[in-house]
Amino acid sequence: MGDVSLSSSGRLKRRKRRSGGTGIYYVVLCLLAFISLAPLVVLGFNSLKTKAELGRNPLGIPLSPQFHNFREAWTRGDYATSIKNSTVISLSTAIGVCIIAGLAAYALSRLDVPGSSLFTGYLFVGITIPAQLYIIPLFALWVKLDLIDSRIGLIIIYWAIFSPFSTLLLRSFLLSLPREIEDASRVDGANEWQTLSRIVLPLALPGVLVVGLVAALMSWNEFFFAITFIQSEELKPVTISFLAFQGRYGRDWGLTSAAGIIVILPMLALFLSLQRRFIAGLTAGALKG
Amino acid sequence: MIEQVSSPRALSTSARGVGRKRSRMRSQRIAGWLCLTPFILLNVLVILGPSIATFYYSLTDWNGLGTATYIGLGNYRELMHDQNFRQALVHVAIWTGLFLTVPIAMGLLGAFLLSQITRFQLLFRLIYFIPYTIASAVNASIWKNIFDKNQGMFAQLGELGVPGFSNFAIFGSTDRALWGVAWVDNWHWWGFLVVIFLAAMRTIDAELYDAVKIDGGSRWREFRDVTLPGIRPTLVFVVLLTIIASLLVFDYVYIITQGGPAGATEMVGTLLYKRAFELFEAGYAAAMGVTMTIMSVIIMVLYRYMQRRGWDV
Repeated sequence: MGDVSLSSSGRLKRRKRRSGGTGIYYVVLCLLAFISLAPLVVLGFNSLKTKAELGRNPLGIPLSPQFHNFREAWTRGDYATSIKNSTVISLSTAIGVCIIAGLAAYALSRLDVPGSSLFTGYLFVGITIPAQLYIIPLFALWVKLDLIDSRIGLIIIYWAIFSPFSTLLLRSFLLSLPREIEDASRVDGANEWQTLSRIVLPLALPGVLVVGLVAALMSWNEFFFAITFIQSEELKPVTISFLAFQGRYGRDWGLTSAAGIIVILPMLALFLSLQRRFIAGLTAGALKG
Repeated sequence: MIEQVSSPRALSTSARGVGRKRSRMRSQRIAGWLCLTPFILLNVLVILGPSIATFYYSLTDWNGLGTATYIGLGNYRELMHDQNFRQALVHVAIWTGLFLTVPIAMGLLGAFLLSQITRFQLLFRLIYFIPYTIASAVNASIWKNIFDKNQGMFAQLGELGVPGFSNFAIFGSTDRALWGVAWVDNWHWWGFLVVIFLAAMRTIDAELYDAVKIDGGSRWREFRDVTLPGIRPTLVFVVLLTIIASLLVFDYVYIITQGGPAGATEMVGTLLYKRAFELFEAGYAAAMGVTMTIMSVIIMVLYRYMQRRGWDV
């Protein structure tokens, strides 16, 4: 009996220690959150400062916030053009990837294609092929096909590089859906196209949406192919245009910070409003591991 | 396309049973290949074809656009004696070491603490993830300001009287640039690992934790004896991902320092890029690409071998 009371009082003590412990956890978690957010807050702060204020106060809260940097950055960097380019590229990439990966995933998960497991194996290997392995002959090929320095040339590359990952994601999503309804529709005499468009597509829509969002985000932020394949000022997407802008006005932190916010705001807003889908899609590849 | 795949319907009314099933299978096969066609065409055009071509071009003297002259293993021989390449490999090794420790430790810390709390878990997870979604060009620009030698964070510390921080350059210093660039890349990356580790931790059986608790074990023992073994497959996968991504790291290095100052941050990825697109030594750059790809293939084969040997990874 003595033992029992001892152990229960010991457990009580421990529980007390534990609940006291989580206070420390929140402190550490807040510190980590500070690391993540502080640089972005500094970006926001600096976009609102004049040159004179930046000289006195380079990292702190703006004491007399001004919005003129945004207007100036917008016109001097011609962001109307680059935002339009990035929007066209991101949207086309997203729609194209959804169609290309959607069809491939449908074939791999639903249709009896010979060699489909080999194909899936290639996808797993394919997503680890580094861009540097193929970019040099690809550049030569794009010169020959006259696809250099064109939006469609870049979009085709994005279709190809974002499709393998998206196909794997959609394939596993489709495999998780019940097949009974489709089989019933096939038995009823619907052909593959009708089954795909009327039965599978509506069910798969959440997965397709995730793939589209991820492709849009990745192509908006993409750097390596964009800087290699786009040269004309009027065709540059926002990231590349921003890099050039920063090279030109690097000393003017107010101006470059405002430009940075212009570049990230559209995608940041989209990400924050649909964050669960984004996070699920962006981490899906690693979680499959 | 619709006509082709709808043919079994007409067939099935006359011939039933085996014939119907066979034609159904054949129509599925045709539909399947049709569905895969756009993917295959694009992949061959952009990734597979050029990748294979790189192996050929690595054996040639080629400027990237003109005709390529076959020179056998000449590029590889030159590569073995290339001091710049060797230095870049050293930097890649340091980079890989940094990324196998700092972001993974931060990711594990964040994920473990998040797995222990209930309130604001999703909010913290979101905050940690945000830098990962922001364009690298903008992230780099933010940190250029924060690390600025005259007005940045360290300059402010210097003004406050902290010794050693006046004129404390990061990206402009040959000693510190590599660490600085790695920090920026890590800053945008570690939050991604929090989400992945947290998801893996959620799959661990809660009873295992209870067992440690009953034994009176500390939180550290819970982490060491239950959490770490529980997420081992994910952890090993992240290690693999880290190594492969580090071998040809490019974006942040190219944006922030372009490999400078004085080659202090030169990576194989940036060296390859400059050789190909600035010096027009495409054949030589191709040899670099092939070499690095072979390294990552070796690492992947090792990983598969460990899986086969029954390591639970």
